[in-house]
Amino acid sequence: MALQSRSRRQQAEPSISTGFLRQGVEAAWPICLGYLPIGLAFGVLAQKAGLAPFEIGLMSLLVFAGSSQFIAVAMLSSGASLVTIVMTTFTVNLRHLLMSSALATYFKGHRRGKLSLFAYGITDESFAINWSRLKSGDWDLERAIVLNQTANLVWLASTILGGIGGQFIPAKAFGIDYALIAMFICLLVYQLSGAVYVLTAILAGGLAVILAVIWPGNGYIIAAAVMAATIGVVAKRRWLNNPAFGPSTGGEKR
Amino acid sequence: MTVSLPDYLLLLLAMGAVTYIPRWAPVFFLSRRQLPQWLVDWLDLIPAAILSALLLPELVLRGDQRTFSMVEPELWVAVPTLLFAIKTRSLGGTVVVGMLLFWGAQKLL
Repeated sequence: MALQSRSRRQQAEPSISTGFLRQGVEAAWPICLGYLPIGLAFGVLAQKAGLAPFEIGLMSLLVFAGSSQFIAVAMLSSGASLVTIVMTTFTVNLRHLLMSSALATYFKGHRRGKLSLFAYGITDESFAINWSRLKSGDWDLERAIVLNQTANLVWLASTILGGIGGQFIPAKAFGIDYALIAMFICLLVYQLSGAVYVLTAILAGGLAVILAVIWPGNGYIIAAAVMAATIGVVAKRRWLNNPAFGPSTGGEKR
Repeated sequence: MTVSLPDYLLLLLAMGAVTYIPRWAPVFFLSRRQLPQWLVDWLDLIPAAILSALLLPELVLRGDQRTFSMVEPELWVAVPTLLFAIKTRSLGGTVVVGMLLFWGAQKLL
């Protein structure tokens, strides 16, 4: 409720509404830093597989999902059928279903056009930042859209750049390969605001490692997250009266 | 490239559609409904779960074969990076510190 009434006030005051662009772009910088080396690497790979820069850019624009783009290019050069590539893309990106569901709890009653625009930019990285900002209460749909589109633009540009001349850019400079891992570490820390969250995160991480080893593909991410969150909810219900298990956060949102 | 341009465009449209629909459908439909409390609680735990499920395999599994390994620089750099994140709660600082530590670790190894 508080979120929505504030966002309406911002639309009424032009002096504040110009701030959402800057804030959205600023919040995106760790993502941009992380996307740059991955986008360049993807561009180089795609160019070696025989894709022209405009074909690389078109894929980044229409698909905008890093890991599945890598997989698609690898499958294309190994001669896989188009149907197989599309099905693989679907399973690799299905995890966004969970992220979109979680984000929906913050976007009650927003215009559907805006929600559809926002949905295009849901990635692991933008989800993680948008969620922690929404939860802290200083964020809204407009800022989230700007953040998503900024990340998208950097991804698009870096993949095209990689396709044009990425082989001349040194890899591994300044530890930039670690930017996204470090970002995820900090965003995970933001999530750990009670014992239920810590328990869920430990379970999810452990399950993900085990499932990733015994199970090919990317299904381990969804499976581990669903199992861990389910156990977490059960644990929370059991020990709800125990103050050690943190504040009940579910009710704050609405 | 073994595909023609029209085939490639068709592939991109299909890939785009199967990627966009899971991103779009929940936020589009669920944001209009009153969700039951257990589902709200469950969705509230999903970010912690999914971030951890994305992160930990990156730190302890190596290569395409996903061999378990405790000696990866990714893992050992993560420890001070995690402590820095807990202490400062600064996203930008954590990214810079993590990068510099990883850079240093690669120079040493």
